Amino acid sequence: MSMGRARDVRGVRGVRVDGPAGASAALRPRLLGRSTVNVVVAVSVLYTLLPVLWLVLAATKGSDALFSSDLLSFRDFALFSNVRALFATDGGLYGRWYVNSLLYAVLGAALGALISVACGYAFDKYRFRHKEKLFGLVLAAVMVPQTVLALPLYLMASGTGVVNTFWAVFVPVLFNPFGVYLGRIFSQGYVPDEVLEAARVDGAGELATYAKVSLRMLVPGVVTIFLFQLTGIWNNFFLPLVMLSDQHLYPVSLGLFTWNSQASVTPDYYPVVITGSLLAVLPLIVAFALLQRFWRSGLTAGAVK
Amino acid sequence: MTPEPAGPAPAATGAGHRSDHSSEEAGDTSMTTTAPWPAAGEGRAPAAVPAPRGARRTARRRALGACGVLMTPFFVLLVTVFLIPVATAVWLSFFGSDEPGLGFGPERTVFVGLRSYAAVLTDPTFLSGLGVVALYCLLYIPLMVLCALVLALLLDSGVVRLRAWAQLGLFLPHAVPGIIAAIIWLYLYTPGLSPVIDLLGRAGVTVDFLGIHTVVPSIVNIALWSNLGYNMVVFYAALQAVPREVVEAAVVDGAGPVRTALQVKTPLIRASIVMVAMFTLIFALQLFTEPMLLSQSTPMISSRFSPSMYIYDAAFNRNNYGLASAASVVLLVCTIALSYGVTRWTGRLDARSVPDEQQEAAV
Repeated sequence: MSMGRARDVRGVRGVRVDGPAGASAALRPRLLGRSTVNVVVAVSVLYTLLPVLWLVLAATKGSDALFSSDLLSFRDFALFSNVRALFATDGGLYGRWYVNSLLYAVLGAALGALISVACGYAFDKYRFRHKEKLFGLVLAAVMVPQTVLALPLYLMASGTGVVNTFWAVFVPVLFNPFGVYLGRIFSQGYVPDEVLEAARVDGAGELATYAKVSLRMLVPGVVTIFLFQLTGIWNNFFLPLVMLSDQHLYPVSLGLFTWNSQASVTPDYYPVVITGSLLAVLPLIVAFALLQRFWRSGLTAGAVK
Repeated sequence: MTPEPAGPAPAATGAGHRSDHSSEEAGDTSMTTTAPWPAAGEGRAPAAVPAPRGARRTARRRALGACGVLMTPFFVLLVTVFLIPVATAVWLSFFGSDEPGLGFGPERTVFVGLRSYAAVLTDPTFLSGLGVVALYCLLYIPLMVLCALVLALLLDSGVVRLRAWAQLGLFLPHAVPGIIAAIIWLYLYTPGLSPVIDLLGRAGVTVDFLGIHTVVPSIVNIALWSNLGYNMVVFYAALQAVPREVVEAAVVDGAGPVRTALQVKTPLIRASIVMVAMFTLIFALQLFTEPMLLSQSTPMISSRFSPSMYIYDAAFNRNNYGLASAASVVLLVCTIALSYGVTRWTGRLDARSVPDEQQEAAV
């Protein structure tokens, strides 16, 4: 919707840009302005892309080429041996970490997104006492630093005996108050109240209506929240650092952190950490690319309100 | 499926709690509105169709039951991983162990009142951590908002070539996890590994990116690199929703592209700017991942470099739970106070500038 309007705006401005081009005096600064704009944007894109490009090139190099800063030559193409070394280091821990990260992130984000959307939907469609106060509490939860919660969560986890298990990381990451906020906005935008009224007139149960009708309309919202949470959990570093001591339960982020600390002592770890970092970036890029259609619309809905 | 080892019991009480409300609520609604389905979305004009009181009551109860079921999983999480931990943190901050270093058990803790707070607030390492975060925020937040806004306005101006590709390229770092962004930049800051330092060296410039004066700007750079594209997309999305009539009016008025961007479009997306500034602030105050990783390679970053690192160090290296909790409550209070301040301040700005905006729109 807003996309269409934006295209119109650009059309109008396009006319304006080409319109009064008769006077060359007025044309020159405009051309200058145009190229300045393009140069600024190009430099910014280089700023964001070059470090990633460095990571890609560095992952294809053996240690010698890496330390001679000889990145652009293809004499020493060692990507495959690097990957082999990566999965062989410390008895194949990296593969384990990768699977752990996928489990924490994909399962956690899927379940978390469903929980958040259900709650956001209920906030939008039902009325009850103190609703806005309760919603305020949800919003307040967004800004509480993770470091504040870490010690009590650790003590609770060790009290119940789940510390240093899968659940110690998995359960807290399900909590996503910002997802509830987004869920409420998406529910306002995607599920018209008339649909619910019609379903009630037809005698459909509330929960059946949610599962069969509303949830389908909310799919773009669910996917957006899923992606946000997937990124969040994949990036999560603090909670596993606090909760886990068994290296076999580590996610990739924490594993690379420990390997990097060894790299300053044993430089052999540098190529392994670099290759491991490159592989750890791939799932999110794949997820963003595959689900592009959804999160673009979702992001717009979240930003404009 | 997964989060409920303790699930069923709270779930049942949650639902019961809600239906208690529902009977009260049914009384309320029958007096104040005549909506046949009280559960319809709020703010909707009530349709004047009377329905039997009993049927309405049943429908209302059923609606609230469903509402309770939909909300319960989230609120079980909210209580267990948010409310109880926050309360625990506050509680722990008033207790301490009188024999530090002799092991720790709940039975040995004693009430110490505000002693932990006094210890935290007079600890020079904690205060210097607050100073570091303040400096970091002062550098990072304006830079981030300004750069993201300028890029969004440039992309929205319609003269950028390959706009979709530029956006994708700018957004890419968002898909790079924070710890990996920190690893990439750490290596780019490391002499011997870094092509940047190599190139600068050939040009005769030697820079120590992890020196005493450069370490905070270096961390700002990592954070900026990670989040610039994401915030740019948020601003860009908001700019697309700016009504075209307003932009046209400005153009007819003779405003150039720069003036249109700064004086017409920017004020119209103020809400997004405030939102981005707020989230950037909240995450900046938690500064942890980047300095934690960089501390492995530079002595310039101590284990108590930022408040979050101080809390981690106090809790898990020194096992001083009272001190860690007091520090986390201080950090929490700072976060709340600053967020509240930002909201109030921008709210007042909004109230003052609404007439201007209307004027401009009228032109």
